[in-house]
Amino acid sequence: MTVAVFFGCTFIAFGPAVALFLFTIARDPLRVIFLIAGAFFWLVSLLLSSLVWFITVQISNKNSAAQQRGLLIFGVVLSVLLQEAFRYGYYRLLKKANEGLLALSQEDTMPISMRQLAYVSGLGFGFMSGAFSVVNILSDSLGPGTVGIHGDSQHYFISSAFMTLAIILLHMFWGVVFFESCERQRWWALGAVVISHLVVSCLTFVNPHYQGSLVPTYIILSVMAAWAYLCAGGSLRNLKLCLTCKDKDFLLANHRPR
Amino acid sequence: CSTTVFNSNDGTEANRHTETTPSRNEVELNGQPPTARPPQVLTDSEEDEDEELTLKYGAKHVIMLFVPVTLCMVVVVATIKSVSFYTQKDGQQLIYTPFREDTETVGQRALNSMLNAFIMIGVILVMTLVLVVLYKYRCYKVIQAWLFFSNLLLLFFFSLIYLGEVFKTYNVAMDYFTLAVIIWNFGVVGMICIHWKGPLRLQQAYLIMISALMALVFIKYLPEWTAKLLIINASSVDLLAVLCPKGPLRILVETAQERNETIFPALIYSSTMVWLFNMADSAETGNNSSHPVPQQENQVAMAPTAQPEDDGGFTPAWVNQQQHQLGPMQSSEDSRREIQELPSARPPPVEDDEERGVKLGLGDFIFYSMLVGKASATASGDWNTTIACFVAILIGLCLTLLLLAIFKKALPALPISITFGLVFYFATDNLVRPFMDQLAVHQFYI
Repeated sequence: MTVAVFFGCTFIAFGPAVALFLFTIARDPLRVIFLIAGAFFWLVSLLLSSLVWFITVQISNKNSAAQQRGLLIFGVVLSVLLQEAFRYGYYRLLKKANEGLLALSQEDTMPISMRQLAYVSGLGFGFMSGAFSVVNILSDSLGPGTVGIHGDSQHYFISSAFMTLAIILLHMFWGVVFFESCERQRWWALGAVVISHLVVSCLTFVNPHYQGSLVPTYIILSVMAAWAYLCAGGSLRNLKLCLTCKDKDFLLANHRPR
Repeated sequence: CSTTVFNSNDGTEANRHTETTPSRNEVELNGQPPTARPPQVLTDSEEDEDEELTLKYGAKHVIMLFVPVTLCMVVVVATIKSVSFYTQKDGQQLIYTPFREDTETVGQRALNSMLNAFIMIGVILVMTLVLVVLYKYRCYKVIQAWLFFSNLLLLFFFSLIYLGEVFKTYNVAMDYFTLAVIIWNFGVVGMICIHWKGPLRLQQAYLIMISALMALVFIKYLPEWTAKLLIINASSVDLLAVLCPKGPLRILVETAQERNETIFPALIYSSTMVWLFNMADSAETGNNSSHPVPQQENQVAMAPTAQPEDDGGFTPAWVNQQQHQLGPMQSSEDSRREIQELPSARPPPVEDDEERGVKLGLGDFIFYSMLVGKASATASGDWNTTIACFVAILIGLCLTLLLLAIFKKALPALPISITFGLVFYFATDNLVRPFMDQLAVHQFYI
């Protein structure tokens, strides 16, 4: 519970996401706008799911802890489903906007492609999700206190930070795979994304047994990362070329000698 | 100390409020006023290219406004969170909000806060009308003096208080001499940047700082319900004042456009330098004393130079012969103005689109920051509510700019953003906060 913990957890949770933002999104105003719009859509989905949860809590028995826990689990599942529904809604909105603009302009190419939109919207969802999960915890970590003084886990902060990191990156990968599968009409892929989101959320029900929740989450993260890479057009060959600095297209685009 | 300021300096207090009024509501495209441009016949491809460019440059303008609005909010939230002075209720209130909110019954509190909000909106409306009347009857000097004094108050006095409170919070020892030097420099540079000329970024930074200071003052001295009601009233008054045909702000904007002038820089945040073509013909209107110096320099540069000694080799006989054959060639004030107003006569320079900036009134900054600041000060949802309000306000601003791109005339910037902001404020505070709290306790993730 010091400044060190605060900075450490902040950088763990938001470091990669902010780096992605700074290097790939911050320079293009259109991408920034779509990022914030994605964040807004996530926020609206959270609002709706909290509304439903709130109503169910008000009409339930407030004294029974088991019932409250059950309602919370219901709230989590509902929230996940609503998030994916809003992701689909955002996809439809972007598609309509894209088509409209394409019809208006004479050029064949849009200023921003669907794949970029998938990446940006996924990251937007991730940012908001991460922020809402962890910012209050981070601000508490600045103040005085002892972690787990009543017998709870002592690794609360750091596990929250790692979980948030995983969730942000997962949202980004889910966004890419989701939009790609909607474009290609591959509904099984869509279902897989929704199910993996549900699995990740339900895994957190075993907290504070972090080995049960964090480890599988990171396994799912790497699987989704590979899948998203393939969806975005990557392949082993591309990866090899990129790592050995022999990718001609990339070098040409950045005006660097081979 | 604060009480004496508000009670004795009624005039300056009034000045401070006028800043918020006309400024808060317009978002307009800079550059050539639409009325002066002759109708252009665009081919289809040009129109579509225009649309594509509009999209790209529209996005750029949105970001050019996102950044200062975000910065202002960040400053306000950072101050609220660290300096406790601005969240302490000393029991003092502005003289414009005479009714107290610490009453016994909820009904009494509601009534008092509504009366407070109405009084403040009334004051703001009166100030707006006075400003518009003064502008219409060309009493530029009065307006300039008014704005000058209110900025003086803000830049010197309020920043002194702010700095003092920051030093108290961080327990920094400071002597009066150093403080005097700092405040003097800060204030004088600010006055120069805002009212005369200075680097664009510095002017923008000062405008953001004074908006943040105003918002902080409002957050401290307005009681809770009054503040929320004031924000709601302000956005509905904004809507009426800008969109109704007889609305004062619409009259202000239209008068400014008719006269080819820009509204005073002290009231409006502009994302680019003002495109100075429009000032060339202001010499004819005879208002040479109230315009800032760069315009006068421009007038000098564009005035026909009468230098008979140096005719560059064109003897009068030759000139007369040419004129006889080809018609009048000497560029006069009128012809030059016409040429300048025909943008399609030459390919637009690359910087043209960048020069076409967007403007946002300072009052908008103040109200947005006030909403977010109140959210971080009083909402029990703490950071969640602040973040939600922030995103909602940005999306509202984005939608407003989208409407601006579609309708191409001055629009009120408050209603959409404030509506979104307030909806998300109340929803997040009451619905999302308990949900997220429960999730955090069990460490569930959604």
